[in-house]
Amino acid sequence: MPALELRGLTKSFELHQQHGTRLDVLDAVDLTLHAGECVALAGPSGAGKSTLLRVIYANYRPSQGAVRVRHDGHWLDLANATPHEVLAVRQRTLGYVSQFLRVIPRVPALDIVAEPLLLAGTAADEARERAGVLLQRLNVPARLWSLPPGTFSGGEQQRVNIARGLIVPRPVLLLDEPTASLDAANREVVAGLLEEARRAGAAILGIFHDEDMRDRVATRLFPMRPLAPN
Amino acid sequence: MSALLQVRGLSRRYGARIGCAEVSFDLHPGELLCIVGESGSGKSTLLNALAGRLAPDAGSLRYRQRDGSWLELGALDEANRRRLAREEWGFVTQNPRDGLRLDVSAGANVAERLMALGERNYAELRATASAWLERVEIDPARIDDAPGAFSGGMQQRLQIARTLVTRPRLVFMDEPTAGLDVSVQARILDLLRRLVTELDLAAVMVTHDLAVARLLAARTLVMQRGRVVESGLTDQILDDPQHPYTQLLVSSVLTT
Repeated sequence: MPALELRGLTKSFELHQQHGTRLDVLDAVDLTLHAGECVALAGPSGAGKSTLLRVIYANYRPSQGAVRVRHDGHWLDLANATPHEVLAVRQRTLGYVSQFLRVIPRVPALDIVAEPLLLAGTAADEARERAGVLLQRLNVPARLWSLPPGTFSGGEQQRVNIARGLIVPRPVLLLDEPTASLDAANREVVAGLLEEARRAGAAILGIFHDEDMRDRVATRLFPMRPLAPN
Repeated sequence: MSALLQVRGLSRRYGARIGCAEVSFDLHPGELLCIVGESGSGKSTLLNALAGRLAPDAGSLRYRQRDGSWLELGALDEANRRRLAREEWGFVTQNPRDGLRLDVSAGANVAERLMALGERNYAELRATASAWLERVEIDPARIDDAPGAFSGGMQQRLQIARTLVTRPRLVFMDEPTAGLDVSVQARILDLLRRLVTELDLAAVMVTHDLAVARLLAARTLVMQRGRVVESGLTDQILDDPQHPYTQLLVSSVLTT
């Protein structure tokens, strides 16, 4: 069953501060993502892989085309959705794990992970407990949970970020190099989590630089290449 | 979901000069909206017009009351406007000295707005004030101290307690962290972030600091020369700004 459909998705950046220079990054991308599959975006640096994920998440605004996502049983085109609709889609349907954790001053790691559950209406005690279980599984030591992750290592921050991104089960998951700073053992933990999500019916679209990881989790590749300069 | 505040074509001039012009947006319950822009862009004029502190020249402002009916704020008389400000709204000023009463104790500053709602039990007022001081990380032992002796950051936290103690449905904030040290700012932003969620507050906050908008607001309006030039999801505006002025603002921020 399709969970996400991209049709003619095009993205250009117009840089007004650079004399109106236009950068064409995506040109008429068509992609259908089904529940239970994990599609890896493949292509060299500059092919627009991260841009594609950001356009789908509505972090970037598409220039043309449709980003149709199945949300609460209906199809919604995020290219035309209101900000409030996009926020609801992000809360319940569309997850995004970026490469880097955006640290919030003074907020402990456990609360950063638990926050999406709280926003989804889970009680505080249960949200924290589930956050702890996930952090434990990702080998983030319990002595770090009460600390803001600003001082954590890159790998620890990335695991906090993954936990935050996966704690609410969402039907569509976007992953931008989620394992770039992780060692083999922790990559394996993440691969296990992604496989569980996929078997539970999640549709996953991701960028996996590491080829072993890609072979381990992807069910299909989607090739991309840089556009010729205009 | 239905809006809490509905703004349509709101304008305010100062003689020939534009304060703000043709501003329209909806604010939903539980939502914090940031208004960003440089000094002189009309942010504070807009905020004061929204909060009923400045009469608009044109446009309509509607506020949804607890019973679900709409109140036309333009048609409201002064007594009802004051009642609304006292019972359902809050306002946090940039300089806490403008929002506090410096000649009475910290506890009295917090209790005053409750007393205005008819609360008279002294022991209860004191207990509530003490609990709110703790909530904004002020030592309750200082409940009888006058806020004139407090640091700027403490004064701002006290003003936040004074404003939120009555559980307002809608809060207006004018640059609540400007003029404070960065470390002091972080504490206030974290406090606001938590209180907004815990109390399910709807708020409009003016700031010139894009990082503040990213941290606190799901939606943002960008103002230039009194007009809204761009509006939408905060992360989209900051990561993929469309308007030349927004691109200039975003590209002017130093990143560490």
